[in-house]
Amino acid sequence: MQPIISVKDLCKTYSSGFEALKSINLEVRKGEIFALLGPNGAGKTTLIGAICGIVNPTSGQVSVAGHDIKTDYRAARSMIGLVPQELTTNAFETVRADVSFSRGLFGKPANPALIEKILKDLSLWDKRDAKIITLSGGMKRRHMIAKALSHEPDILFLDEPTAGVDVELRRDMWNLVRQMRETGVTIILTTHYIEEAEEMADRIGVINKGEIVLVENKAELMRNLGKKQLTLLLQTPLESIPQALSAYQLELADGGSELVFTYDSRGERTGITALLADLGKAGIRFKDLQTSQSSLEDIFVNLVSDRT
Amino acid sequence: MNWRAVKAIYMFEMSRAFRTLLQSIVSPVISTSLYFVVFGTAIGSRINAIDGVSYGAFIVPGLIMLTLLTQSIANASFGIYFPKFTGTIYEVLSAPVSYLEVVLSYVGAAATKSIMLGLIILATASLFVPLHIEHPFFMLLFLVLTAVTFSLFGFIIGIWADGFEKLQLIPLLIVTPLTFLGGSFYSIEMLPPFWQTVSLFNPVVYLVSGFRWSFFGTADVGIGISLGMTLAFLALCMAIVAWIFRTGYRLKT
Ligand SMILES: Nc1ncnc2c1ncn2[C@@H]1O[C@H](COP(=O)(O)OP(=O)(O)OP(=O)(O)O)[C@@H](O)[C@H]1O
Ligand SMILES: [Mg+2]
Repeated sequence: MQPIISVKDLCKTYSSGFEALKSINLEVRKGEIFALLGPNGAGKTTLIGAICGIVNPTSGQVSVAGHDIKTDYRAARSMIGLVPQELTTNAFETVRADVSFSRGLFGKPANPALIEKILKDLSLWDKRDAKIITLSGGMKRRHMIAKALSHEPDILFLDEPTAGVDVELRRDMWNLVRQMRETGVTIILTTHYIEEAEEMADRIGVINKGEIVLVENKAELMRNLGKKQLTLLLQTPLESIPQALSAYQLELADGGSELVFTYDSRGERTGITALLADLGKAGIRFKDLQTSQSSLEDIFVNLVSDRT
Repeated sequence: MNWRAVKAIYMFEMSRAFRTLLQSIVSPVISTSLYFVVFGTAIGSRINAIDGVSYGAFIVPGLIMLTLLTQSIANASFGIYFPKFTGTIYEVLSAPVSYLEVVLSYVGAAATKSIMLGLIILATASLFVPLHIEHPFFMLLFLVLTAVTFSLFGFIIGIWADGFEKLQLIPLLIVTPLTFLGGSFYSIEMLPPFWQTVSLFNPVVYLVSGFRWSFFGTADVGIGISLGMTLAFLALCMAIVAWIFRTGYRLKT
């Protein structure tokens, strides 16, 4: 299937000379929720800005549903709703007027019924005639989401939608995102919360220092997550894994003094009991043992620190 | 053309003015009245008629131009600078809107506002002095051309400025002196010959002169030259705006 967003060799060097994006290649599939993870300053906002027309890319191409964002910007941008990271609002406008303004800006005819529905979905209807400056931070965030939804985008960019948002509202937002996905909207979100990516995303991309270091299905990552490791510290180092234990997923580490067993903690039976029995039979003794589990967080931290 | 977007931005900008309606209308009315009390009545009664026009009537076109210029620049520069400053410009940049449409809506709104002000001042002035407009069509033409030209100029300043000081700098340092020295309150023929020549380098002289001609049928410089200079300045501003947008200057990082 043709990707809905395709980024090719995208580079961005700011006028300060800082290279914020280093030849990014990325494809986002239609209808998925794509989570972009990365530490502060990784280039997430820059990447989104370049796709949405806020940042001038230095080189490279981006197309949205086949429309080049430079030569065919009208078609490309009409499809995109953007909720930026910063809370920037037309402070003195009223909520409803400002959301209707966004719709007009995107060239859509006025549709009061739709605006009403969006405001109700985001629990902002009571505030429809309030000045934006009088809203709380969380309400402002929702207001900005309402603006992005007002023109019925096919693609929604959420740059840290849940930063500074309380637990309840975060749940609401996740539900909203899922609802949007059900109606066929493609969603790209950035977040610092790994559990958020775990909870929401179909695929996860990790960006660090302006480079994409990994793009993977969440299911794939979770399968790795489900794996646990049991490390046995042996009394006497082994040269190789004995034939009798070949049925197990074993590896030698630390010059043969550690035996590492990888197993699926969510499987029916992990095989630990049998392994320990077989070790005893083979006369292999150990002085200590420990188990470890890699979380998405570990994977993330490893990926990011590898590159430093 | 994305006319809906043009309308949306235009209405947004206009509603900003209507929210502060009182201050947008009352303050120019008051300041114009003050000019008339001081220059028209108190001082004007001691000044001879210029080209057969009483001094009170003579300064009307100049006063309107003064307001038109300063308000066009202030409205347009603030209109585009403010969203840049607060960051709300992101929405316009990410919208399917061409640069032409952006200019049309912001400059259109700023020009509309200052034209409205010009007409309000004209109405206020007619309460003080009997006014007869010789060439109403040219009067309106100059009004519109000047409003559009200086709204474009203000738009350029608003884009160029990266702080509130810069936003004030050009109007304060250049525009106000040029308008005061542009013959708003006197005929440049009243100046010594040297300063008459210097005045010819002041674009405002041509605006005021042309505008005054449309009122009284007489002017410092010919109407053709006035119109030509006004159009030339308009073309210059349009060229700069076109360049700004081609390069994304100060709008996109
Ligand atoms: N206008 C700018 N001029 C110069 N450098 C910039 C500019 N904007 C961003 N940068 C730099 O580019 C890098 C990437 O910034 P970006 O905002 O894309 O990061 P991010 O991944 O969104 O970070 P965060 O998680 O903190 O939001 C940072 O090092 C930042 O300092
Ligand atoms: Mg960011």
